[in-house]
Amino acid sequence: MSAGESTYVPKSGLTRWLDSRLPIVRFTHDTMLTYPTPKNLNIWWTFGGILAIMLVFQILTGVVLAMHYVANDKMAFDSVENIMRDVNYGWLLRYAHANGASMFFLAVYIHIFRGLYYGSYKAPREVLWILGVIIYVLMIATAFLGYVLPWGQMSFWAATVITNLFSSIDQIVPHLGTAISTWLWGGFAVGDPTLNRFFSLHYLLPFVIFALVGLHIWALHVPGNNNPLGIDVKGPQDTVPFHPYYTVKDAFYLVLFFVLFAALVFYSPNFVGDVENYQPANPLVTPPEIVPEWYLLPFYAMLRSIPQKLIGVLVLFGALATLVFAPWLDTSKVRSMRFRPMLKPFFWLLVLTCLMLGYLGAKRPDAIWNLGGIEISLVWPARLGTLYYYAYFWLILPIVGLIETPKPVPDSIAKPVLKAAE
Amino acid sequence: MRFALPLGLSFAVLASLATVASAEEATLGHALPPKAVQFSFEGPFGTYDRAALQRGFQVYKEVCSACHSLNRVAFHALADEGGPGFTEAQAKAIAAAYKIPAGPNDKGETTDANGTPLTRPGILADHFPAPFPNDEAARTANNGALPPDLSIIIKARNGGEHYVYSILTGFGEKVPAGFKVIDGKYYNPYFEGWNISMPPPLNANSVTYSDGTKATVEQEAHDVVTFLSWAAEPKMEERKRMGFGVMLFLIAFAGVLFLAYRKMWADQH
Amino acid sequence: MASATSDGTTRRDFLYIASGAMGAVGVGLAAWPFIDQMNPSAAVLAMSSTEVDLTPVQEGQQITIMWRSKPVFVRKRTKKEIEEAKAVNVADLPDGVARNANLPDAAPATDANRTIKPDWLVLIGICTHLGCIPLFNQGEFGGYLCPCHGSQYDTAGRIRKGPAPENLFIPPYAFMNDTRIKIG
Repeated sequence: MSAGESTYVPKSGLTRWLDSRLPIVRFTHDTMLTYPTPKNLNIWWTFGGILAIMLVFQILTGVVLAMHYVANDKMAFDSVENIMRDVNYGWLLRYAHANGASMFFLAVYIHIFRGLYYGSYKAPREVLWILGVIIYVLMIATAFLGYVLPWGQMSFWAATVITNLFSSIDQIVPHLGTAISTWLWGGFAVGDPTLNRFFSLHYLLPFVIFALVGLHIWALHVPGNNNPLGIDVKGPQDTVPFHPYYTVKDAFYLVLFFVLFAALVFYSPNFVGDVENYQPANPLVTPPEIVPEWYLLPFYAMLRSIPQKLIGVLVLFGALATLVFAPWLDTSKVRSMRFRPMLKPFFWLLVLTCLMLGYLGAKRPDAIWNLGGIEISLVWPARLGTLYYYAYFWLILPIVGLIETPKPVPDSIAKPVLKAAE
Repeated sequence: MRFALPLGLSFAVLASLATVASAEEATLGHALPPKAVQFSFEGPFGTYDRAALQRGFQVYKEVCSACHSLNRVAFHALADEGGPGFTEAQAKAIAAAYKIPAGPNDKGETTDANGTPLTRPGILADHFPAPFPNDEAARTANNGALPPDLSIIIKARNGGEHYVYSILTGFGEKVPAGFKVIDGKYYNPYFEGWNISMPPPLNANSVTYSDGTKATVEQEAHDVVTFLSWAAEPKMEERKRMGFGVMLFLIAFAGVLFLAYRKMWADQH
Repeated sequence: MASATSDGTTRRDFLYIASGAMGAVGVGLAAWPFIDQMNPSAAVLAMSSTEVDLTPVQEGQQITIMWRSKPVFVRKRTKKEIEEAKAVNVADLPDGVARNANLPDAAPATDANRTIKPDWLVLIGICTHLGCIPLFNQGEFGGYLCPCHGSQYDTAGRIRKGPAPENLFIPPYAFMNDTRIKIG
């Protein structure tokens, strides 16, 4: 809990002088060194720190790449090739930034599912959760904008498909959707004006995310961290200072994360990418399959599962908006899934569903599933998956919370830890 | 460990989805999977075979460059580490043998008296010049088809080096019954649709290798694919070398941190 | 589990120091690509030397070529211009140093030290006052006149009059043969 007294004592004249003018050392001391953290956090709690590091890493690599990248439709693709071939370590920075985005999303998905499993979104952490959803949405926007910048075939056509979604608003307010698309494009189709503004926004949003992450951590420190048992911290016997216990633990898991990251960057840097994007953008030729990056595939599957364009768009954005309501949709008083035997299988089904939707998002629209002679279009499992996603939040969370008998929840964190040592 | 069962189940279900088929599978025109050949640069410790790179460059120069540009490769790259291993003087000589479109002369002319565009000999800083001045000229010379630039073709195709090798060695096969080859195109079962606009580019002894290697179609294809792989990823050797050092460091660091973590938390258990 | 306390403390300290040190080394090694990417790229370095064909330049004429983004004057001097340059007493010059990258820093600004072959004058066409480009064959000394603030250079590119503090710089260059020079 952050409500304790600050124990920082400036030792030298200089630090006393600074502390009385801008207590930044005190702030660091209280929030990162002595900050009382539940002592039973497990591996799934290391991803918040990993995400913060990845954000800084993406900003650093992005800023240096921006020193060489040219956001002009005739020069963008070539400028990226210049980075890959001629700029000192350019290949390394580019592969790190591109694969870094994938690692960033891998971490954020684990982080989100940790929140869903342990009830970290529930009171009193609703604002923390909502800030997280906003950060996630901005991450998606940033990634989308960034993917357009190399101006490859997939960059161009992904931009075309996504910006065209707005034209579905024409069905609600005639001409408004087209006006919005035109406004986004700066022209009558995706082109040079679009690329330029996407670069500007791609540079801007990470700093907005950075500020929101600051609020996110502040909102975390007010009630303090959740923990695998989902119960409140009762006193100092339940916590340890963040440093050195969690600095060391987080550092260890961060390095493991970087082992995976390095394996990608150095040995398989184009594994998660799309070969189409190594072809310069051609407005006259649509690639045979337009597919977003893997971390957007579940949403792509949801979008394509609905034949009606406007409803498909609403379903896509609705899936993100649904997350915001989770704290109020879940009626259970118990946070952690460890003590919620009825909800747990539904949770795992949600994980499976999201994985399946991701798999389906990469398939061709005409793909079929051959079940011993019966052919089913893959659109059906995608629809089922979308339905289940919505049902989990809007039906299952409220209903199960009301009818479930949770397992007995431990009194305190310290007691179960003591018990295990006996 | 409590997640092992649910996660395991998730993956088992996913794996069972592997019976998914695409609507057009098993029909005529569906490209065969690429041939499974070995290249020296595959795997985490793979490097480019220098001799193959030089032979491949010869194949590109004498055969492919008639139609295909190599826009993004600069002459100075030929002398770079991890590449074909030419000296700077050799690279300079190679550059000088090319005619690069020159800018306007002092009178502001861009063509000579006969209307031919002005050219100058290449320097190291130049990139390989394209065989055609623009896409339209390229299409006119090739029955409407545009020969793609080859600088990153290996990265721009699924199957990479295996795919390009299969295309180059996939000509001359017997056309299956019931399949019609479009007029002006050629049968190649490794190309999606089986009708490829490119005529078979390689024959035995299309080039005479200066190192005496027998120039079979497979050899020529293997060498030019090696060269094109380097053209697409000139930094591959440096990347893998650095990767080895980075992985070693990170694993050692993880080990030290793990010990520190255990030591630190010993009083909590 | 537990070793003796002092041994345990030393071991623990060692692990923390080792972790910290490895972390610092890792960050340092990782920082280098971020710094080095700002150094000239291979594409820029490939342009770091330029070869110039001298045959189109007539006597008494000059061409301007770009070298490392700077203008370089390549001038074929007339006999008269060479003699005028040779006749100047170095002690009278405002800047007595040759400013020739092909020679040691302290070399005096004799005409011989301003050229490799006397009929060819190769210098960086940027006025040493505030960076404007001097005009060819103007001014009292037959060399150059800078239009911005009136600096005047002679037929060996040395400052004679005006606010410029130094002679026009001679870039590193060499003759590849009688008709070709390589600058840089």
